[in-house]
Amino acid sequence: MEKIVMPQLGESVTEGTISKWLVRVGDQVSRYDPLCEVSTDKVNAEVPSTVAGRISKIVVAEGETVAVGTLICYIETVRETTDQPIAPQSPQETQETKQRYSPAVLRIAQDHQIDLSKVTGTGAGGRITRKDVLAYLEGSSETNASVEDQDSPTSQEQVPTISSIKDQVIPISPVRKTIAERMVQSKQEAPHAWMVMEADVTNLVAFRERKKIEFKQREGFSLTYLPFFIKAIVEALKEYPMINSEWTEQGIVMKKEVHISIAVAREDALFVPVIRDADQKSIYGIAREIDQLVRKTREGKLTVADLSGGTFTVNNTGAFGSVLSAPILNPPQAAILSVEKIIKKPVVIDNMIAIRDQVNLCLSLDHRVLDGLICGRFLQSVKRRIESYGEGTEIF
Amino acid sequence: MENKHRALGLSDQQVLDMYYYMLMARRVDERMWLLNRSGKIPFVISCQGQEAAQVGAAFAFDRTKDFICPYYRDMGVVAVFGMTARDFLLSAFAKAEDPNSGGRQMPSHFGGKKYRILTGSSPVTTQLPHAVGMALAGRMEGKDLVVYTSFGEGSSNQGDFHEGANFAGVHKLPVILFCQNNKYAISVPLSKQVACESIADRAIGYGFPGVRVNGNDPLEVYRVMKQAVDRARAGDGPTLIEAETYRLVPHSSDDDDRAYRSREEVEEAKNKDPIPLFANYLKAVGVLNEKKEREISEKVMDEVNEATIYAEKAPYPSPESTLLHVYEEKQK
Amino acid sequence: MAMISYIEAVTQALREEMLRDQRVFILGEDVGVRGGVFRATAGLYEEFGESRVIDAPLAESAIAGVAIGAAAYGMRPIAEMQFADFIMTAVNQIVNEAAKMRYRSNGDWNCPVVIRAPYGGGVHGALYHSQSIEAMFCNVPGLKVVAPSTPYDVKGLLRSAIHDNDPVLFLEHKRCYRLIKGEVPDTDYTVPIGKAEIKRDGSDLTVFAYGLMFHYVMQAAEKLALEGVQTQVVDVRTLYPLDRETIIAAAKSTGKVLIVHEDNKEGGLGSEISAVIAEECLFDLDAPIKRLCGPDVPAMPYSPPMEKFFMLGPDKIYLAMKELAEF
Repeated sequence: MEKIVMPQLGESVTEGTISKWLVRVGDQVSRYDPLCEVSTDKVNAEVPSTVAGRISKIVVAEGETVAVGTLICYIETVRETTDQPIAPQSPQETQETKQRYSPAVLRIAQDHQIDLSKVTGTGAGGRITRKDVLAYLEGSSETNASVEDQDSPTSQEQVPTISSIKDQVIPISPVRKTIAERMVQSKQEAPHAWMVMEADVTNLVAFRERKKIEFKQREGFSLTYLPFFIKAIVEALKEYPMINSEWTEQGIVMKKEVHISIAVAREDALFVPVIRDADQKSIYGIAREIDQLVRKTREGKLTVADLSGGTFTVNNTGAFGSVLSAPILNPPQAAILSVEKIIKKPVVIDNMIAIRDQVNLCLSLDHRVLDGLICGRFLQSVKRRIESYGEGTEIF
Repeated sequence: MENKHRALGLSDQQVLDMYYYMLMARRVDERMWLLNRSGKIPFVISCQGQEAAQVGAAFAFDRTKDFICPYYRDMGVVAVFGMTARDFLLSAFAKAEDPNSGGRQMPSHFGGKKYRILTGSSPVTTQLPHAVGMALAGRMEGKDLVVYTSFGEGSSNQGDFHEGANFAGVHKLPVILFCQNNKYAISVPLSKQVACESIADRAIGYGFPGVRVNGNDPLEVYRVMKQAVDRARAGDGPTLIEAETYRLVPHSSDDDDRAYRSREEVEEAKNKDPIPLFANYLKAVGVLNEKKEREISEKVMDEVNEATIYAEKAPYPSPESTLLHVYEEKQK
Repeated sequence: MAMISYIEAVTQALREEMLRDQRVFILGEDVGVRGGVFRATAGLYEEFGESRVIDAPLAESAIAGVAIGAAAYGMRPIAEMQFADFIMTAVNQIVNEAAKMRYRSNGDWNCPVVIRAPYGGGVHGALYHSQSIEAMFCNVPGLKVVAPSTPYDVKGLLRSAIHDNDPVLFLEHKRCYRLIKGEVPDTDYTVPIGKAEIKRDGSDLTVFAYGLMFHYVMQAAEKLALEGVQTQVVDVRTLYPLDRETIIAAAKSTGKVLIVHEDNKEGGLGSEISAVIAEECLFDLDAPIKRLCGPDVPAMPYSPPMEKFFMLGPDKIYLAMKELAEF
């Protein structure tokens, strides 16, 4: 069966109108016999048959306009028509087996301190694409930088009203931006509750005072109070593992490992490196870890590994002179404790006034996960332990 | 001596002016060669020997209505249309005040809207179709204008000559095609350049008259040109005029003509230098005397000297101005 | 709004500008009585007469040169090169004269000429009726080169070209003449020369195209959208000078760039677009810049399988876009 199509009558012509059929169904035609008259906007012409045969079906009626290439009628012939085989596709190029990062991927990773080994690649051969990194950022629980889409070419930045020539506008650094976003997110998601307990650390103070010079000489760094507090906290966390948890949609996840995040302030920003497996460390071990992390922070050498995985945060606000503070939770952790300044205070012991070294322990908690009862018990545990440190305490 | 100029409708003052322009063109030209040979300006392209043809032709036009699309030797023509000695020297020194191009083009690439001279380029003969286009435009606007364009005999072989001439002939446009046949296209002599007897004969192929004239006689050139211009103004179409002249100097300051022609030939041509010849005519008919000749000569030299000093002192265009005028300035 | 073809947009723009401004006139081969071999100037001779629609003698350099002279005088001529393939004899006039007139006269003279030429293949035109010649003119400061893809842009850009006080080379894709139809308002709108347009937005990849290829790219984009891939399509529109701002912004927004043009690959417009993106967008690129172009052979041959091999079709384009999206 031969298909007759609307021919292209003239360069750039795209359609034609059948002005008149010159044959009917059943008619026998020879090759080149005219089949119909066609008019286009450039020429009018007769369309000849390309084969000899019998008109078997007329598809397009007189007066109809169709595109070039449209079937207009069928002619039954002896000869079979064969379709042209489609040209074979060029073979696929073998994929690169190495993991290559594009400039866009590297830039975004650098800007947001993303560990690319954690990102799943959906590109060719498992390549990590720009979109993959952006998606990781959006869903990320570690760093929460917002996805800046460049679809808006000129987004006006909020220009603060400078009322006097003395006002100064400080541009927001990427780190400051990250901190800001995390703080907002933390406060918006977790209902913060707060509890304070006071502990008597007179013995600890005396003990440390006695040990500090020798320690410094032997170990090369200072023995501060913080490692003691962390030790007490870690042990209390083992006693009350519910405190060492996080809120997820799937359920409250009680973390098995204890990684303590400590807040380290630098001139320009706040960093929160992590003491990993703090429950497996001695006071000395914790002290040493703190020293290293603080050094790294000051030198700007913190890695993504240093900053991730914390399960509970301890904030040494006492170092600034604070006696009471209400820390903001470090998501996704359920609790954060700030250790305030140790100050000499008059307290009542056995109905007599004594001057003791007292310290406030301030606990902020995610009230979705925790409540006052368990936090009170936890803090009691911390208090008990920290009050027990003194002569005879094993540092190493 | 028969007074030819009165018969042509030219006053005594007008022919004295002709003489002045011819002399001015010559002296400017000579000054430019001196400046070049003394290392002050990098390039000169010359008109010496062709002043009579140029000035005679230019006088046939109306400097208030007509346009010219000259070629690079047409110092005499553009002088008649308003270019001053100062303009020429500013162009030679490529200073910012150069009216032709602000120093952007080599000297003798004439142009200036205020003088009704279309800006020209280096590729030869491209100005011919432009002149045809201007004539077409003028006629479309119903203006009474005639357009002059000129070229050498070598340039008359370019496609643009034939294409432009044909267009002008078909549309009967008021354009005059002026061929200054100075026998050489740089070093290539006429015999190697053209197979026909005379350039003027080519006009037949394009349907309009072709006229040959002695280019050393400014009045003859004027006569023939005036006829052609009047014809064009009357709507009778183009004319091709071939003026036979001689180039007394090399093609340009980069050319050494000793390589391709004999000194005898050049000397012989110098004996027919049109400027002293015209001075003789003017004296013979009592329009010029020794005193007046001296006056005109001094006037010309004063202008040339003043122009030289002025141009040499004038500032160059700023380097950054290289970036200007690519497109209309409002769009960047 | 009326739905008209690409070529009707040309005719309408010419006609309306000739009505609006007496200085506008047309010259070229067969433009008058015949109305142009493609009929781009149909009806204009009848309406405006032989003095404004001039059947010029067969000489491209003169057609360009005469137009240039008339433009310098102050008219607004529109010279037609019957096929872009025949523009070569006019290159001297266009490049050395028209493009440089303003610059060489230090702003004293200018040349507001428009030179129209049908280009491109897919019409069985073979080597000398199918060429894309834009690359030759796309580094001539003083000249502007425009190649619209849609009837709307054809009318708007041709108007702008006529109004422009500098020379414009206006390239019309001959296959688009009757193939492409689009909505065109009957207002006095113009489309600015020098601005590309993002005609389809998307975040997965950016494709730059013009002419017939633009339409094939849009078709492929529709197909890819069904597979969840969103393509950003930029219609380049003005080929010289390029709209660097839009090119850079678009490339940065997806990081994946494909440039599609019918012209030969080496030295084609894709080279310049690639260079701009490489210079300005390195740290936003997520994949190497890709070019899908005509092969580096002199021009497309006559025999159908050879012409088909040369021409880029919707399938080839779709595959290239898909590959880039998946990279």
